[in-house]
Amino acid sequence: MATPSPSSAPPQKDSSQLRQKTMIAEHYSRLARAGETGDKNVYTFVPGNLTELLRAFDLLPVLPEINALQSAMRGKSREYIALAEKLGHSEDVCTYVKCDLGMMKSGNVGPTGEPLPNPDLLLLSYTGCFTFMKWFEILRQEYDAPVAMLHVPYQAEGKITPEMRDYVVRQLRDEVIPVLEKISGRKYDEDRLRELLANSARAEDDLVAVLESAKHVPSPIDAYFGGVYYIGPIFTAFRGTQEAVDYYRLLRAEVAERVARGQGPVTPDGDMGKERFRVVVEGPPNWTSFHQFWRMFADEGAVVVASTYTKVGGVYDMGFRHDPDHPLETLADYCMGCYTNLNLPSRVEMLARYIREYSADGLLVNSIKSCNSFSAGQLLMLREVESRTGKPAGFIESDLVDPRYFSAANIKNRLESYFQMIEQRRTGAGA
Amino acid sequence: MSLATIVARAEGLYRDLALHSVREWKRRSGGLALGYMPVWVPRELLHAQGVLPVGIMGGGEDVEIIRGDAYYQSYICHIPRSTIEMGLNGSLEPLDGMLFPAICDVIRNLSGMWKMQFPGKLSRYLDVPQNFDPAIGGRFFRAELLDLARDLEERGARPYAPEALRASIAAYNENRRLVDDLYVLRRRAPWKVPTYELYYLLRAGLVLPVEEFSGMLREYASLVEADSSRQPMDQARVLVTGSFCEQPPIGLIKTLERAGCYIVDDDFVQVHRWIRGDISLEGDPLDALVRAFLENAVESPVRYVGDRARGAELVSRVRECGAEGVLFCAPSFCDPALLDQPMATRAMERAGIAWTAFKYAENNGQFQVIREQAGTFADSIKLWSGV
Repeated sequence: MATPSPSSAPPQKDSSQLRQKTMIAEHYSRLARAGETGDKNVYTFVPGNLTELLRAFDLLPVLPEINALQSAMRGKSREYIALAEKLGHSEDVCTYVKCDLGMMKSGNVGPTGEPLPNPDLLLLSYTGCFTFMKWFEILRQEYDAPVAMLHVPYQAEGKITPEMRDYVVRQLRDEVIPVLEKISGRKYDEDRLRELLANSARAEDDLVAVLESAKHVPSPIDAYFGGVYYIGPIFTAFRGTQEAVDYYRLLRAEVAERVARGQGPVTPDGDMGKERFRVVVEGPPNWTSFHQFWRMFADEGAVVVASTYTKVGGVYDMGFRHDPDHPLETLADYCMGCYTNLNLPSRVEMLARYIREYSADGLLVNSIKSCNSFSAGQLLMLREVESRTGKPAGFIESDLVDPRYFSAANIKNRLESYFQMIEQRRTGAGA
Repeated sequence: MSLATIVARAEGLYRDLALHSVREWKRRSGGLALGYMPVWVPRELLHAQGVLPVGIMGGGEDVEIIRGDAYYQSYICHIPRSTIEMGLNGSLEPLDGMLFPAICDVIRNLSGMWKMQFPGKLSRYLDVPQNFDPAIGGRFFRAELLDLARDLEERGARPYAPEALRASIAAYNENRRLVDDLYVLRRRAPWKVPTYELYYLLRAGLVLPVEEFSGMLREYASLVEADSSRQPMDQARVLVTGSFCEQPPIGLIKTLERAGCYIVDDDFVQVHRWIRGDISLEGDPLDALVRAFLENAVESPVRYVGDRARGAELVSRVRECGAEGVLFCAPSFCDPALLDQPMATRAMERAGIAWTAFKYAENNGQFQVIREQAGTFADSIKLWSGV
């Protein structure tokens, strides 16, 4: 059972957050007016999203995962999930899917309170998550909408081979693009795509600078709870746009200023106090009690200096940038490089590297009931990272958008114990 | 050999989780043995390279999970934890490696766990295409298979040779026909082929060389055909679906039969029937294998259906096998089966086909609730349908 939040004050927002809020509100408003304006939209997923390609056809992306998490943050997911389960969807499966279905069955009202249009196309970028395929099979039957399938091969051997790239490029060129042409009524314009990809690379540079600012002590950002806001525009509807370029420039300047002032992250309750613990987090956050969850860290002086969840829509801090000179190949590499499309040894390597490079005190796994793509194997990953880095690891369990699986007291107890363990290791008291 | 002896041998192989028969085959032949997870792998290619394909369907009800639970959270299905358990307890020691076909995120991630846990063994994810255009998905899959062949060669298998593959395809074609014949016989006269017996045979076929398995199937078929002691009972004909990966315990299959159901179609141990009919022996055999996967595989929750409606093929199968109802019988936490189920049940309702659903884990030992549910379902068909 969730306990009440320790603070009833409204969460504080910095200026980049406010800017982002405006961008997102305008996007949803444009979607809501699609019936009048004739704008076409494409439902697709965050990992392996092809936003630049959609934008090159003036198509508007809709991300059902984002709608689901927004529903959770607005306290709507419980009723949506209940409705989907009443309609026969198993309690065992992904709650994003059920939340999305419940939202659709309840009138498809989006996060801003305006109705979302039905999809003109379902772009099934099957990247890093098996459930995506089933999710859009379900939506196809519900909406009677066409589907374009992009199967993205898994990086099972920790690398992208020429055959894998060729497979994705051929699908893009011979199957996805012709469908986008048909839906949009426009011809494919590769020069336009190149311009958008160049914008993406600029924004990606700034995003990486923001994420890597957490190497400073104290860290000026929280790279998990704050990080989900920072990745918002680039992971959703805005990658490739001038708005995204401007947003990330602003964000980078804002963070640089915090570094210069020696400030820590902004939390829901304002500036965080003294930084006591630096941790790396593996796994998505819980969205139903997001601010309460964040406060459990902030109250302990714990800052998340790096996280894997902020890499699900693209891993940029390992060097990848969209390359306008090779438009389809770069989209292929982007898709294949998303975090959940990496094999487990690569994930372990990334986590160990974060712990070293970000001077972290340890690894914390938030294991999500809904998400096997993340969760299956996390216990072994935890032990591997512990053994490679010598840093302690902790483990908590929750869910994405199902409030039944967020037990605040249990999570708080485990977090407190984990931070005590770090403290004891530092002082040698546990030796 | 008597019917009882064949069934006992098959059951023995099913229960031989330490893979003694594989150890013996390796001692005799000096060849490699490669384990594979559900649902399908190109066994023909392995066979052509002199490798024994060994199907690993988890530990079932006979493996006590001691360390496996330390690898998986409670909300993840049972098959990966029992498979890890068997890896750790030495049961899978005779295998030179494992193949993990693309089924779901759990099995996919298990491939990476295997790499970390058993670094000396070959551990390979088999990425099967979800694009079924020969020039796109086919081209990718052909490259994937040749890469697998090279991996096997590096481990000591024979190099890939087209003629050897053609011969292996012929051997598996014959095997598929024999399996299909038994399914046809069970459909025609289910009292002749109790599903638990058929199931033991299918499981034995996961560890035996294909030629030996074909011999076992031939012998069993001729004996049951001739056995006049097996007489029909007034049971409901049902199709069981959802059990394509983690397998139901044998006690569950027996429970369904004892509860008044004749299982006349199912998706157990589906590797034997994944490809429908023969694979062509004409032209390039690797192309033929690829084309068979792309164009002639069964519909499955793990396979993208394109523009076709989910559940339509299941309705056709119900009609074809003369089932009077469908049992949705899926493992707990099985994403592919459980995400598919609402679409499939809707198709059943539209077609006016009776159905019921329940879940299991491979190590379930109590079936009373399922027995009552299946019994009531069978009664509803036999006693009340058409009222």
